[in-house]
Amino acid sequence: MTEALLQVLGTDQTVDGAHEPALAVDTLVRMLKTMILVRCFDERALNLQRSGRIGFHVPSSGQEACQVGAAAALTPRDWVFPSYREPGLFLWRGSALEALYNNLYGNSGDLAKGRQMPVHYTDRAHNVVSISSPIATQLPQAVGVAMAARIRKDPIVVLTGFGDGSTSASDFHVGANFAGVYRAPVVFLCANNQWAISVPFERQTASASVAIKAQAYGFPGVRVDGNDVLAVYQAVRDAAERARRGDGPTLVEAFTFRMGPHSSSDDPKRYRPEALCEEWKKRDPIERFGRYLTKKGLLSEAEVSSAWEAGRQATADAARAAERLPPPPVESLFEDVYAEMPPHLRRQLDELLEERKAGESVNTSQAFPL
Amino acid sequence: MAILTVLQAVNAALKQEMRRDDRVVVLGEDVGKNGGVFRATEGLYDEFGSDRVLDTPLAESGIIGTAIGMALYGLRPVPEIQFLDFIYPAFDQIVNELAKFRYRSGGQYPAPVVIRSPYGGGIRGGHYHSQSSEAYFAHTPGLKVVIPSTPYDAKGLLASAIRDEDPVLFLEPKRIYRTVKAEVPDTEYTVPIGVARIAREGRSCSIFCYGAMVHVALEAAEKAKEKGTEVEVVDLRSLVPLDEEAVLASVRKTGRAVVLYEAPRTGGFGAEISALIAERALEYLEAPIVRVAGFDTPFPYTLEHVYMPDARRVLAAVDRVMNF
Ligand SMILES: Cc1ncc(C[n+]2csc(CCOP(=O)(O)OP(=O)(O)O)c2C)c(N)n1
Ligand SMILES: [Mg+2]
Repeated sequence: MTEALLQVLGTDQTVDGAHEPALAVDTLVRMLKTMILVRCFDERALNLQRSGRIGFHVPSSGQEACQVGAAAALTPRDWVFPSYREPGLFLWRGSALEALYNNLYGNSGDLAKGRQMPVHYTDRAHNVVSISSPIATQLPQAVGVAMAARIRKDPIVVLTGFGDGSTSASDFHVGANFAGVYRAPVVFLCANNQWAISVPFERQTASASVAIKAQAYGFPGVRVDGNDVLAVYQAVRDAAERARRGDGPTLVEAFTFRMGPHSSSDDPKRYRPEALCEEWKKRDPIERFGRYLTKKGLLSEAEVSSAWEAGRQATADAARAAERLPPPPVESLFEDVYAEMPPHLRRQLDELLEERKAGESVNTSQAFPL
Repeated sequence: MAILTVLQAVNAALKQEMRRDDRVVVLGEDVGKNGGVFRATEGLYDEFGSDRVLDTPLAESGIIGTAIGMALYGLRPVPEIQFLDFIYPAFDQIVNELAKFRYRSGGQYPAPVVIRSPYGGGIRGGHYHSQSSEAYFAHTPGLKVVIPSTPYDAKGLLASAIRDEDPVLFLEPKRIYRTVKAEVPDTEYTVPIGVARIAREGRSCSIFCYGAMVHVALEAAEKAKEKGTEVEVVDLRSLVPLDEEAVLASVRKTGRAVVLYEAPRTGGFGAEISALIAERALEYLEAPIVRVAGFDTPFPYTLEHVYMPDARRVLAAVDRVMNF
């Protein structure tokens, strides 16, 4: 059994008035502009990778509605535990574009101090938690934040994002179970883009959907069109309200498609029919939402074009600024391992600084192969 | 004979063993149609089909847990963990289950599983695609830990691992996956587990190392020669069981030891080598043992080249033991 797919904006340009959220025009326009910015960010990042200026990228093109629709349904006090494919969560919440590029460059301006691979952003100022590569580890952690907020009686909600493949990991099940048991105010947002690298959804699970898995853990699961930003907004807003009321977690499955490769090192032609990409291009979430706004007269075609222009300009400027920053200083290698640097690390740092007087090591690293 | 990369040699070993023995099955994330994210399992799915080459759900504990079950039932599973950094969800299955099955069942239930996993730095992978955590596993009785550094050994050692009656963690230094090429026989052969290899002979000083660091040691040895220092490079090839005699023999010959590993210094496997030398060959030493290792920090991204031991740092260590 597959649950009905919640959709507000039909692919055929129809609108489901009953589910159309009552959002201020400003908000709607900002949602579109952020989605455009995410796409521009992504395209530039992939180009930077292709031209060897950054080492790696994980594109999110095609999944902008999942990110922006979800982010727009939260308040700034809420917490977010993103996966690596969700720069839109950061951008909506106010992270600077430069900050994201600084991370891609791993430079001295990077909030993670150049320690992580590209796309592993962090932004404490906006309650967005540092991203980890190991799949699904963020789920129980998000539940823990939600449990802590309940203990402290803070009316916040925690949202955590992950993919379809992540639902196979133990931490998905552990996180869902704890959330159910403690009725934690958490929203599980699964961007089901139907592949985990090369492995298709039907090889990942025998369940008919992701959403249905919530049932076993004692809370609701809903399935939405992940290329419909208003549907994602609607579902996450409902889930967040439920959580804030004290009614516990919800699993939101946003059914979508990644238009690009898994990462800059992946070739989807090896495992995914190209015709499918053509088909999904027709469901482009940005185009669909843009059409809705222009049809409603909330934005003119010219304003949409200038939003793209602005997005390209802003990303070009931010990337250029990031490229100018130097790498982090070698001392930073040894900082933040502990609150205070213990003697053995101090000694290793001193030895390194001494060694560097005789000359510096050459970077002979291979390009990231995956 | 063909010129193969380390990666192609791994692939050749898998094909050789799967053709030889229909109990051998391969499982893991993306190992089927996609041929593995590094292409180590390329062509296996087409040749052996979906019963013997399984694309699994994304769950390392599931991959290793089911591999254990298959082994108990008589198959020879060769699970792949996509990156060693992602092995931890399976840590319990490996450390508490796989490694102890033979012992805890009084020998009734051996579990000959070969876990293959790319590991190590030098590929700009940051902390989640670069770690060298061999020491955790070498610290686990019941597991063998094998690490090739050449295409010839990659094929021969993997074949031995698959034929071994015990569980083996087979770590593939991904930094040299494609950069190190050499002639590899097309014919079937094995390289015994537990026998070190003298990668370069010398009489002035010994460097003990494994994996990608063997090539760093060789580079340093070449440079040391310009100063008249004859460095011997000992490629351990297998951490457990360790070829203690090869280590001791080399120290007895040169009287000087540099221990090189890219993992964090503290509690790294090189500490075990140092202890072995200190315990059993102290009287032969002309200088204190020097370790060259990664720093005791998480593996970095941008400053990877500062973190990783390189020939310069190894050469400085060689100078230290030579000029003590
Ligand atoms: C524990 C763990 N195992 C393996 C990997 C390697 N890996 C990175 S992304 C990925 C697929 C994830 O798929 P999904 O959850 O569907 O998210 P998507 O990439 O499609 O957004 C895999 C296997 C990992 N990061 N962590
Ligand atoms: Mg996916």
